[in-house]
Amino acid sequence: MRRVAVVTFPGSNCDADARHAVSLFGMEAVAVWHKDTVLPKVDAVILPGGFSYGDYLRCGAIARFSPIMPEVVKFAGNGGPVLGICNGFQVLCEVGLVPGVLLRNSKLKFLCQDVDLRMEGKPTPWSKPGGAPIRIPIAHMEGHWYADDATLERVEGEGQVIFRYVGGAPNGATRDVAGVSNAAGNVVGLMPHPERYVEAGVGGTDGRRVFEALVETLA
Amino acid sequence: MRAKVYVTLKAGVHDPAGKAVMGGLQNLGYSEVREVRIGKFFEMDVEEGPNVEGRLREMCEKLLANTVIERFRVELG
Repeated sequence: MRRVAVVTFPGSNCDADARHAVSLFGMEAVAVWHKDTVLPKVDAVILPGGFSYGDYLRCGAIARFSPIMPEVVKFAGNGGPVLGICNGFQVLCEVGLVPGVLLRNSKLKFLCQDVDLRMEGKPTPWSKPGGAPIRIPIAHMEGHWYADDATLERVEGEGQVIFRYVGGAPNGATRDVAGVSNAAGNVVGLMPHPERYVEAGVGGTDGRRVFEALVETLA
Repeated sequence: MRAKVYVTLKAGVHDPAGKAVMGGLQNLGYSEVREVRIGKFFEMDVEEGPNVEGRLREMCEKLLANTVIERFRVELG
């Protein structure tokens, strides 16, 4: 059975959802505590959403120094699939595994709504470019992805924009970017929550596409 | 010793909160305000030692600032 680690930081609140989503796809979800210093033997890692360390200083800024993070960075460096969702994306930006940074939403409002996303760019363990857009929810205050012009051109040119809002980014994100990958493509961060839309009884099922991509990658 | 660290947004980085404050000031009649950028100020008490400033700059680069969007200034004493 494939194993997926889900890291819980103090203030994570989507870790149980992420573990539940993983288990729906015939994979074992392995709970990992931020103070752990050894990553168990797993096939993929998810940094879930939430408000790690109360979002103090900057979102993700303190979580990136958690004892488990060097192991996550090492796992990513060896090509292991890593997904950061929402606060997990912010942590990935702070630790430098994916480019850019997440700023406060341009209209200064917490946004909690469904969004439509196009999957594009390079194929990753978490996405397959093309196909119909997916509808999954966002729930964030700091989701305005930003990178300087040189980084932006490189990211676009290398196909590292993996998820893009259809019909405009509600949070003001540069070029409607909702999710990006690292240069190698194995690490992906995205603001919307695929793990929340994996069952028909709860919102929708479009989030399944992200987990199905992982299942296929690990097959 | 006292150390002061100022962390401010780089030019061109969107600051909607700063814009909102500017609007508030203008509504109060301060029409001379052309721009407001909100930053962070850290007042710190640090032990004296060799390379205090260098270590403070290191702290800024590692944690206090995100140099993708922010610049910082360190003042001692």
